[in-house]
Amino acid sequence: MVRFILTKLLYLIPTFLGITIIAFGLVRILPGDPVLLMAGERGVSPERHAQLTAMLGYDKPLIMQYLNFLGRLFQGDLGNSLSTNKPVLNEFLTLFPATVELGLCAIFLAVIIGVPVGVLAAIKRGSWFDQISMTSALVGFSMPIFWWGLLLIIFFSGYLGWTPVSGRISYLYYFPNVTGFMLIDSLLSGQEGAFKSAVLHLILPAIVLSTIPLAVIARQTRSAMLEVMGEDYVRTARAKGMPGRRVIGVHALRNAMIPVITTIGLQIGVLMAGAILTETIFSWPGIGKWMVDAISSRDYPVVQSGLLLIAILVMVVNLLVDLTYGLINPRIRVK
Amino acid sequence: MSDISEMNAPVKLSDAAIRRRMIAEFWFYFRQNRGAVAGLVVFILLVLIAIFAPLLAPHSPTAQYRDLLLVPPIWQEGGHEGYLLGTDAVGRDILSRLIFGAQYSLFIGIVVVSVALIGGTIIGLIAGFFGGWIDNFIMRVMDIILAFPSLLLALVLVAVLGPGLTNAMIAIAIVYQPHFARLTRAAVMAEQKREYVTAARVSGAGNLRLMFRTILPNCLAPLIVQATLSFSSAVLDSAALGFLGMGARPPAPEWGTMLAEAREFISSAWWVVTFPGLAILISVLAINLMGDGLRDALDPKLKRS
Repeated sequence: MVRFILTKLLYLIPTFLGITIIAFGLVRILPGDPVLLMAGERGVSPERHAQLTAMLGYDKPLIMQYLNFLGRLFQGDLGNSLSTNKPVLNEFLTLFPATVELGLCAIFLAVIIGVPVGVLAAIKRGSWFDQISMTSALVGFSMPIFWWGLLLIIFFSGYLGWTPVSGRISYLYYFPNVTGFMLIDSLLSGQEGAFKSAVLHLILPAIVLSTIPLAVIARQTRSAMLEVMGEDYVRTARAKGMPGRRVIGVHALRNAMIPVITTIGLQIGVLMAGAILTETIFSWPGIGKWMVDAISSRDYPVVQSGLLLIAILVMVVNLLVDLTYGLINPRIRVK
Repeated sequence: MSDISEMNAPVKLSDAAIRRRMIAEFWFYFRQNRGAVAGLVVFILLVLIAIFAPLLAPHSPTAQYRDLLLVPPIWQEGGHEGYLLGTDAVGRDILSRLIFGAQYSLFIGIVVVSVALIGGTIIGLIAGFFGGWIDNFIMRVMDIILAFPSLLLALVLVAVLGPGLTNAMIAIAIVYQPHFARLTRAAVMAEQKREYVTAARVSGAGNLRLMFRTILPNCLAPLIVQATLSFSSAVLDSAALGFLGMGARPPAPEWGTMLAEAREFISSAWWVVTFPGLAILISVLAINLMGDGLRDALDPKLKRS
């Protein structure tokens, strides 16, 4: 197992370097003067131009700039945001819990609904439940989630008036930031109604963000179950008179879960892409909205470092998925 | 005696006849999937709508009727004859814009898939065929691209290249091509060990001929399925970029861009928000249904079960 982990980690090094090259290079392949581009249509005075060029190190050769970038990266220095002048890493860490909270709730919804639906659809293959749930899954999979979010806002916030339209909690509540997770912090604060407000703010974005992972997980669970249920050991278990429930729960489900866990892990990239849209629609103060705002305001240090941090995050999660996979399925380790 | 030898002689079919049989077999399996057939019908309708948009649309997609702002659909109170799905905030007919929007979506899908397919296939062929350090290097680069969430990378690429439809298509194609490269590589590596490849090599076929004429045609099935699925993702992602203000520029009647313009009216005029999204959903769903059917019809492993 140790050897397996070490090999995986070793493979990560070139990927990591590649990610830094892309994040660094993307902003630098711009034709023309990056400082002028950042200034956009407002323009920039010659003094400010020289100052910015020196500050951002654009007067040095490209390879030196990259090595500098890498060196600062290892010291945790990702530059300062052009619009707020605060360190990018601090901004990222402040906003990150909001995205994690949203993402965890979304994946939680997707798993607790998607897995049972997939299992049931497989057991009752061809039934109306199977057909309806798989059709819904395909609709969910095809859903433009930015539109889906707007529809939910129209209905639940506009028509029914049940949920707020934006943010993480009502401005009526104020309490110290302990964990960064609004659901936990609001409970810890002990203020009446704070938790409810946090839940109401979270519910629609979480539903929207969970839509595609839910559809993927339901489909994947169904096909994994169908495959496993055709295996000899399931037939043997049935033949020796084991009750159907136990066959499904003990023999089939456990083995079917292996590909499903991989699928769940692979949803992290989908979640990040979804967070960009979901957070924009619901004005959710997380990483996705931060990136979109940075892109529209041409805040290149934020774009560059944000892209890098998100890619590293996805890479680490994928590694964890790989390792979990190796843990559950020893065959992978040996190879 | 002569009868027996005639019966044993292999039935010679011309290339065209073989192709006809393959298509017939494919259609036999595809037809059994009702969803796929429905998807195909909707997709053909979509293509026809896009081609005949100028004839079908009751109004110009950009004409602004200044005295008919935010008119609701015809069946709702206040609806106006001739504006079936109502008008938007500057008095443009929504139905006409949706009809012309079909051109954008199909065009985007075709361009993105062609670029990603051709690029990815060539890269994958090279990696799979030559192996060794070339393969290692190429696949590392592909892994790196795949480490970024696709929409985010496309978004940043567009921001760098400059917002607009062309750049959005380039960005999405770049983000998609690793999938094609991986598939092609895997298929090439599997096919390369087969005897027919060795036979072709022994009889003197050059590398290029081996790659493109001998191996590639036998790797097409997974690529076709991936192309269909990428087509629907391209429609979705380009609409998302349009929605974020990084895709087609207004006043283009691209569905995502229409949604972005409609956002501020979500509380007052539901129809400007609802219909463009519905158009996206229906198109994407139709293509995905088709993709599922294609996969089942082309995948020999699933076919028999």
